[in-house]
Amino acid sequence: MIRETPAELYERLVLGRYIIRRLLQAIPVLLGATLLIYAVVFALPGDPIASMYGEKRMDPDIVAIVREQYHLNDPFIVQYWYYISGVFQGNLGITFSNVPVSEIIAGKFQVTLNLAFTALVMEAVIGVGLGFYAALRRGRAQDTMILASTLVLISIPTLVTGFVLQLVLGVKLKQSTGIEVFPIAGVSDGWRSYLLPAFVLAGTSIAYLTRLTRTSLAEILRADYIRTAVAKGMPRRRVVGRHALRNALIPLVTYLGADLGTLMGGAVITETIFNLPGIGQELFRSVYERQQPVVVGIVTLLVLVYILANLIVDLLYAVLDPRIRYE
Amino acid sequence: MNMTSTPPLPAWGAGGPGSEPLLAVEDLHVEFATRQGTVKAVNGVSYSLYPGETLAVLGESGSGKSVTAQAIMGILDMPPARISRGRIRFRGTDLLGLSEDARSQVRGRRIAMIFQDALSALNPVFTVGSQIGEMFRVHQGMSRRDAERRAVELMDRVRIPGARQRLHDYPHQFSGGMRQRIMIAMAIALDPEVLIADEPTTALDVTVQAQIMELLAELKRESDMGMILITHDLGVVADVADKIAVMYGGRIVENAPVHDLYRAPAHPYTKGLLESIPRVDRKGRELYAIAGMPPDLLDMPPGCAFAPRCPYRQDNCVTEAPPLYRIGPTRGGACHYWREVLDGSHG
Amino acid sequence: MSDTVTPRSRRARHAKSPLRSPGGPSRGGPAAGTAGRPASLWNDAWHDLRRRPLFIAAAVLIGVILLMAAVPQLFTSVDPYDATSCRLGDARQAPSAAHWFGTDNQGCDTLARTVYGARNSLLVGLSTTVVTVLVGGLLGLVAGFRGGLPDALLSRVTEIFFAIPSVLGALLILAVFRTGTVWTVMLALAVLAWPMTFRIMRAAVITAKGQDYVVAARALGASGRRLMFRHILPNAITSVIVVATVNLGVFIAAEAGLSFLGVGIQSPEISWGLMIADARPRFLEAASPLLFPAAFLSLTVLAFIMLGDAVRDALDPKLR
Repeated sequence: MIRETPAELYERLVLGRYIIRRLLQAIPVLLGATLLIYAVVFALPGDPIASMYGEKRMDPDIVAIVREQYHLNDPFIVQYWYYISGVFQGNLGITFSNVPVSEIIAGKFQVTLNLAFTALVMEAVIGVGLGFYAALRRGRAQDTMILASTLVLISIPTLVTGFVLQLVLGVKLKQSTGIEVFPIAGVSDGWRSYLLPAFVLAGTSIAYLTRLTRTSLAEILRADYIRTAVAKGMPRRRVVGRHALRNALIPLVTYLGADLGTLMGGAVITETIFNLPGIGQELFRSVYERQQPVVVGIVTLLVLVYILANLIVDLLYAVLDPRIRYE
Repeated sequence: MNMTSTPPLPAWGAGGPGSEPLLAVEDLHVEFATRQGTVKAVNGVSYSLYPGETLAVLGESGSGKSVTAQAIMGILDMPPARISRGRIRFRGTDLLGLSEDARSQVRGRRIAMIFQDALSALNPVFTVGSQIGEMFRVHQGMSRRDAERRAVELMDRVRIPGARQRLHDYPHQFSGGMRQRIMIAMAIALDPEVLIADEPTTALDVTVQAQIMELLAELKRESDMGMILITHDLGVVADVADKIAVMYGGRIVENAPVHDLYRAPAHPYTKGLLESIPRVDRKGRELYAIAGMPPDLLDMPPGCAFAPRCPYRQDNCVTEAPPLYRIGPTRGGACHYWREVLDGSHG
Repeated sequence: MSDTVTPRSRRARHAKSPLRSPGGPSRGGPAAGTAGRPASLWNDAWHDLRRRPLFIAAAVLIGVILLMAAVPQLFTSVDPYDATSCRLGDARQAPSAAHWFGTDNQGCDTLARTVYGARNSLLVGLSTTVVTVLVGGLLGLVAGFRGGLPDALLSRVTEIFFAIPSVLGALLILAVFRTGTVWTVMLALAVLAWPMTFRIMRAAVITAKGQDYVVAARALGASGRRLMFRHILPNAITSVIVVATVNLGVFIAAEAGLSFLGVGIQSPEISWGLMIADARPRFLEAASPLLFPAAFLSLTVLAFIMLGDAVRDALDPKLR
C-alpha cells in the first residue's frame, strides 16, 4: 500500500502501541519465571566447579578465580541480576567451561523447534480435519468413533505412544517391508526423522484439537448467522467452508498458538525415546552436569517462546475477530 | 425476475376462486424428536398468500408460527425436525417434493427471510458489504466490484446513511435498527416474490420498531412481493397486514381479514389477546390477561388446546377438537362456540 | 418422566427445541439452573451419570485399580519387593502360565510388578489432586471473591507459573531433591499445577458472584463468609471437580514420565514409568516388560479422563 488513509494510519499506530504495551506486560512474567528457575537451579545440590573438575584435586587459587569470574560468591539475587541484565542484552551467559550458552543451545533449539513445528502442523491438519468431519456428522457412527479415539489418544501417555509406535511403525514396518519408512532414532534422516516423534508429541494435542474443533464447529453450526446463510440460499460448501470455518478459526488459532510452547516444553520425553538431540535432552544433561547457566538459558528461552506465541495469538485474534479491538 | 402479469389485487386476499396463490401451506404437520418424546410443533396448518398481500401470523412462543416459516424456507434442522404431512405450494409447485438443489434455487432468491435478532443473524466476522454482496456473487456470479456497487444501492434503498462509507463496516458497528435494515437489504437483494419476516422488530426499541415496519410496508408497496409477518404483537400488525392467522398450540385457531378480526374476534384466544392490548378507549379498565399456561406440545390434550384456559369452555371442548369452522367467505375460526364469541365481541 | 424431575439438564439439552415457554430463557437457562439449586444439580448429575456407559466403564476400571493399589496380593501371589522372587536366569521370558505377563530384564515377574506399581501411581495422582484443589481452589476462591489487590497479585503469580514449561519445571524441582519419592513427585507436580485450578476456580467464582441469586442474597444481608461458602462455592466447585478428575489422570501420566526420565520414583520402589525405563534397553527383543506397565498406565489414565468426561457431561450437557 503506497498511501495510507488516516484511518489506516490510526489503526497502525494503535496496533504498534498495543504490541509495545503487551511486551511491557510480559516483562514481569519473564522476570518472575526466570527468577523462579534461577532460584531452583541455585538450590540444586552439588558444586558446579567441583563437578566440572570431576574427581581431580583442584588448585584452591584457581577455584577462587573461577568462582569470582562466575560471581559464585555473590548473594543469590546479585547473581540473578548479572544474569538477567545479560538476557536483556541478548546474552544468555557462558558455561563453566567458557562456552557461550547460546552456542550450546542453538543447535538443540533448532531440533526441538523442528519437532514442535512438525507436531503443530500435524496437529492442525489432523485435529482440525477430524474435528470438522465429526462435527458435520454429529451423532452418527463416524462421530462417535472419532470421539472415542480422541478419548483413547488423550489417555495414552507420550511415553506409551512413543514406544509402541517406535515398535510398530518403526521396527515392525521396516521388518515387513524392508524399507525404513519412519526412522526411529536421531536426526540423520532430515525431515523424515521428525515424522514419528512429531506425531507422538502431537498425539494428545491432536485429540484435544479434534474435540475443540468439533465442539466449536457444532456450536457455530447452530448459530443464527449460519441459519441466515442457509436462508440466503448459500450452498452448503460455502456455509460450512466460509461462514462457519471463519468463525471456528478463532478458538483454534488460540489453542494452536498456546500449544507451541507446551509442545516445546514437553518434548523431553519424546526426545529421549527417539534420541533427538533437542533442548529437553540438553536440559536433562545439564542438570546432571550442574551446568546451571545452560539450564537457566533453556528455560528462559522457552519462557520467551511462550510469551511471543501468546502475543502472536492475541494479534491474530484481533485479525480474525473484528469485534476485538486493541485497547 | 418478478412475476408475470398478475392482475392487480384488492388489498386483502382476493383469494377467490380462479386466482392462484403465490404461496399456499396445506395441512402442514411438523414434529420434533426429543428425548422426552415427539413434540408436535405444527399440527395441520394451512394458509395462503397472494402477490402483494401481507399475512400476519400471530401467536405466542411455541405456537408453531416460526416453525411453519422455517418449513417454508427449508431451514429446519432435520432431524430432529420432521415434516410428517402436508404440502407447501409455491406458485403451484410443492416445495417439499423438490430436490435440495432445486430448493436452494428458491431459497434466498425467490423466498427470502429476515430474522428477529439481526446481531446474531449476521455473521460477525464479515463486513456487511460482503454479506449483502454475497447474494449477487453466489446467485448471479457477479464480480466483487459489481456486487459491492449493488450492495451500496441496496443499503441506500433501506436508508442506511452513508452507505458507501459503511460498506466495509462489521455488523457490531451498527445500531440495532441499522442492522435490521442490513438484514432487510440482504433479503430483498434479488427481488424475492415472498418475504418472510420473523418477528422483525421484537428486538428493537419502540421508535425503531415503527421505522422498520414503515420500511417494510414501503418496500412492499414498491413491488408485488407477498409478505408473511410473524409476530406475537397484535399492535404491530394492524397497520401493515391485510389478513391475520392466529396460531395456538401448533394450529390456526382463527384467520380473518385484519379489520374483521379487530372488530370482532371469533375465537376466545384472539379475544383474550385483543383485550390484553392497552387501548385509549378502555382507559381505566383493568387490562385483561389470559389465565393459565400454554399447552404442553409433548402431551397435547385430545380436545381443543385452548380449552383449559378458555372462559367459553363446555364439556365437548375437552374431548372434541374443533375444526376450522367457516365463518365467512374468507374467515375461519376453530371454536365450537364461535357464534357466542363473535356475539360477545360485538357487545 | 415429567419435566420437574430433572428440569435443568433436560431443558438445557433441548434449548433448541421449539417449545420455549414464555419467560423460558430465564427459567430454563442452564446457568440459572446450575446456580439456583446446587443440591438438585448434583442429584440430577448423579441420576444422569448412573446411566452413562462411559461412567460405568470408568467406575469399574477405577474400582479395579484402587483394589490393586490397596490389596495387590489379591491379584498376584508373588511379592515383587522380595528380591528373591526374581531369577536372573529367567530374564525376558515370554508370557507363560507361570508368568502371565512374562518376566523383565532382571527375571522378575512382570505381572506382580505391574500390579504393585498401581499404588505409587495412584498415590501421586490422588495426593497431587488433593493438594492442587485445596491450594489452587482456596486461593482462587479468595481471589475471585475478594477481587482487588489479592486477586491482582495472585493472578500475576499464576501468569508466571503458566510461562514455565511444566515437564522441565518438574524435572528441575525434582533434581533439587536428591532422591525422588512419591512425595517429592507430588510436590513438583503440585507446584506447577495449582495455578490451573486457581484460574478455573477464580473464573467460576466470578461468574457465580454475578448471578442473580447471589446478588439477591447479598442484598438480603448475607455475610461474606456465608455468601462464599453457602452460595458461591457449591456452584463454582463443579468445574474444579471436573478438571481435577481429568488432571488426576494427567498427574499419573506425568509421574510415569518423570520416573521414566529417572527423576521420579526410584528403585527399589516400583513405578510403571520406572518399569518402562528398565525395559527400554532390551525393548526390541522383549517388549512385554514394557508393554504391560504401559497398558496399565494408559488404562488408568483413560479411566480418570473418562470419569472426568462423564461428570462434565452430566453437570453441563451444553458442553458436549
